[in-house]
Amino acid sequence: MKLLSTKATCNSHGQDSSYFLGWEEYEKNPYDVVQNPKGIIQMGLAENQLSFDLLESWLAKNPDVAGFKRDGKSIFRELALFQDYHGLPSFKKALVDFMAEIRGNKITFDPNHIVLTAGATSANETLMFCLAEQGEAFLLPTPYYPGFDRDLKWRTGVEIVPIQCTSSNNFQITESALQQAHEEAKKKNLRVKGVLVTNPSNPLGTTMSKSELNLLIDFIKDKDMHLISDEIYSGTVFTSPNFVSVMEILKERNDLKDFDANVSERVHIVYSLSKDLGLPGFRVGAIYSENDMVVAAATKMSSFGLVSSQTQYLLSAMLGDKKFTRNYISENQKRLKKRQRMLVLGLQKAGISCLKTNNAGLFCWVDMRNLLSSNTFEAEMELWKKILYNVKLNISPGASCHCTEPGWFRVCFANMSEDTLNLAMKRLKDFVANNNGEECSSNKRTRSTQASRSFSRKSLSNWVFRLSSRDRHEQEER
Amino acid sequence: MSLENKNHQLLSKIATNDKHGENSPYFDGWKAYESNPFHPTKNPQGVIQMGLAENQLCFDLIEEWIRNNPKASICTPEGVNEFRNIANFQDYHGLPEFRNAVANFMSKVRGGRVRFDPDRIIMSGGATGANELIMFCLADPGDAFLVPSPYYPAFVRDLCWRTGVQLIPVQCHSSNNFKITREALEEAYMKAQEGNINVKGLIITNPSNPLGTTIEKETLKSIVSFINENNIHLVCDEIYSGTVFDTPKYVSVAEVIQEMEECKKDLIHIIYSLSKDMGLPGFRVGLVYSYNNEVVNCGRKMSSFGLVSSQTQHFLAAMLSDNKFVDKFLAESSRRLRERREFFTKGLEKVNITCLPSNAGLFFWMNLRSLLKEKTFEGEMKLWRLIINEVKLNVSPGSAFDCSEPGWYRVCFANMDHETVEIALMRIRAFVNGRDKGKNMEIKRWKSNLRLSFSSRRFDEKVMSPHMMSPHSPMPHSPLVRAT
Repeated sequence: MKLLSTKATCNSHGQDSSYFLGWEEYEKNPYDVVQNPKGIIQMGLAENQLSFDLLESWLAKNPDVAGFKRDGKSIFRELALFQDYHGLPSFKKALVDFMAEIRGNKITFDPNHIVLTAGATSANETLMFCLAEQGEAFLLPTPYYPGFDRDLKWRTGVEIVPIQCTSSNNFQITESALQQAHEEAKKKNLRVKGVLVTNPSNPLGTTMSKSELNLLIDFIKDKDMHLISDEIYSGTVFTSPNFVSVMEILKERNDLKDFDANVSERVHIVYSLSKDLGLPGFRVGAIYSENDMVVAAATKMSSFGLVSSQTQYLLSAMLGDKKFTRNYISENQKRLKKRQRMLVLGLQKAGISCLKTNNAGLFCWVDMRNLLSSNTFEAEMELWKKILYNVKLNISPGASCHCTEPGWFRVCFANMSEDTLNLAMKRLKDFVANNNGEECSSNKRTRSTQASRSFSRKSLSNWVFRLSSRDRHEQEER
Repeated sequence: MSLENKNHQLLSKIATNDKHGENSPYFDGWKAYESNPFHPTKNPQGVIQMGLAENQLCFDLIEEWIRNNPKASICTPEGVNEFRNIANFQDYHGLPEFRNAVANFMSKVRGGRVRFDPDRIIMSGGATGANELIMFCLADPGDAFLVPSPYYPAFVRDLCWRTGVQLIPVQCHSSNNFKITREALEEAYMKAQEGNINVKGLIITNPSNPLGTTIEKETLKSIVSFINENNIHLVCDEIYSGTVFDTPKYVSVAEVIQEMEECKKDLIHIIYSLSKDMGLPGFRVGLVYSYNNEVVNCGRKMSSFGLVSSQTQHFLAAMLSDNKFVDKFLAESSRRLRERREFFTKGLEKVNITCLPSNAGLFFWMNLRSLLKEKTFEGEMKLWRLIINEVKLNVSPGSAFDCSEPGWYRVCFANMDHETVEIALMRIRAFVNGRDKGKNMEIKRWKSNLRLSFSSRRFDEKVMSPHMMSPHSPMPHSPLVRAT
């Protein structure tokens, strides 16, 4: 008898992908300005480290929160005992107000329709458990966040069918791509329960246009399915066009009397404070839905991953300070914009361009197609390895995001200092300048090559084989 | 109406079935408490909550430690220099200092007789998350786990709801103080095999909820032999291990397998949490400790769905590595629990109410079989409604725990102050004494109370949930809930 479950022994956790392997390599040889200046610079981690000082100064001005006090009175024991899966009311109120603020207060959210979860990771999985049976499917536009393979599929048994987007129109979702994906699911005998989009997009760093959003709503309306909008980067929009949430579109349609009660019951938002506030460690995620049954079921499921009451309390005070949040949102966006410009200019100097519609997120979607030896994913992998081991930058290859075209990479810019970013750009510039030759024999004796040798060649080539055979398979199916 | 039906089709079976276990008929007790909660001055006639297994006896010790250790918080001036590192830390391995501190704490709880490897600790969203996680790792949908009864009602939700695993109760009896016998295990296992059910393991809670007893070493050894011989897993939920206040001394499965060379360690997994021992259910600190490397690997990846807040990890890393504090806390907590239990049970003895002898937990298992009009579960429920409506105590009936015999009730004693305990005892004494006289009067009153209870029933899902399960729905009188 098999000792462990099927889930425990399969690969659906998705961690054999290059996305995670790159992290592992970084861990073995991490850059440090003093202790390891030749180490790998981490550019594969979508973290926001630009605005901690704003949070720290708020803490300095609000000592009550630090001491588990409210109005001078200790509330430690109430917090210690508070395990109500409905969440701290003051926190939920502050959170929905924050979400509204990010959307320019064009819409309001009802705190009774929000479910708190342990990060967006948990929110996404929980929605799958609520909306789909094992073996059913959700459509996702590519490229998409590699973690979705784990979050949406692993323990739920739900399948992902890609909506193929291409660079020809800056990877926007088209009607034909949607229909094609739906057809593909049908061919595979998969019942599609909905569409999940990330807006702003990871890895593209772009916001969805109103027409895309309307297209999606028309589609789910017609097909009687759900729409999940993962809006965890909504606070990182640093330049026009402004962020338009799917909730805004629904409201617009409602105002225009194009209201369909059924549709608003099938649209759900996922949020988190990991990206906008840079607090991934605190595990604060949320599901927002107008559908009472979804809220009820998701609330019960949140038992498996509630937000620590200590953390809810801290954040209810912080987000409840409207002056602070308004200032934080605008200052944070300014800093992101500046940092993105730095990256874009640095890449330009290296002769590399990015998706020009990049207006949000903590990363750029970088076009390195002209650096590929051939227009294949094998060549993309080759380039990625070179960049990881020779240039010593960990960036995320498009294949790990299920991109249909080889040569695109996600490069993060908000998780390091300016100096580190400049250094990374310099390394890249030098690499591109030298890229006309192939293997640099002088590198063979460096630590990086040793590291790449000790990183089992066998496992790398196995994985490359798996990757390319999967791609081949996918191409056959198209 | 049709929208509702459509909704049913639109959502998954899991989202619309009853397996979350919250639609049980036991919310009468919760409702009675919620609509009429006891308060010493504002509502002295209200219902006293005795269905909540919380440990409220030692907050003063923790509060004192917090005042003396401002660095433990990332919000204080002394600790804020760690803010950004901690806020940014989402590694699912967990903060090393947190794991080290927890491993140290778990070892102290077991008298230093075992050492735990911090690298085998997997974080989860409370024990609730841990129990679900271990099922996802060990069993496929349709597989089964044996569970000795009586058992914690929320196991149905935690172990089965989203995992598709089924539970097979192993009946234990008062004749031998509900001991888990080899015979009972084998009988349940054989029956499952005959029914073509694939049993993947056995889950025990030690110390037991609801019994409050620890498992004897020999019994534990026999349990380990049983699972070993049949090559099935053993999951030991040891979340009450730090609440042992009396002999016999606590023996953890970790200790037993040290002595049993032949035992396949790959089959052994421990569930732990700080919700009961330290009284911190709000902080959601649960973990799986597995001796199986594959489970640790896979479980760690799964822990992404319920990591412990890094703010909380950081705080607890400091507190639990303060050995002086931990030693003092464990000793004092045990002492207060023992004192509280003794006071209560001695008070009950004065009116000839006995309890199962117990040495751990935040509750005792009360024997009211002699008070049942009919020795059936209907009789148990009738008496229970009487206790809620007349005696105004919310205790938990044995049938909620799938007990094989009617007449047992779980009574929590660590979630209130001493004065409230005295009032509860007074009410019980009055009830028992009153029952011996004027039985007719009592029946009339009881019937009218039942009617009251039914008419005021409102299925308001947002508010209702049996308080025997954690996490649960609101305590409306908590200042945190009323505040906006």
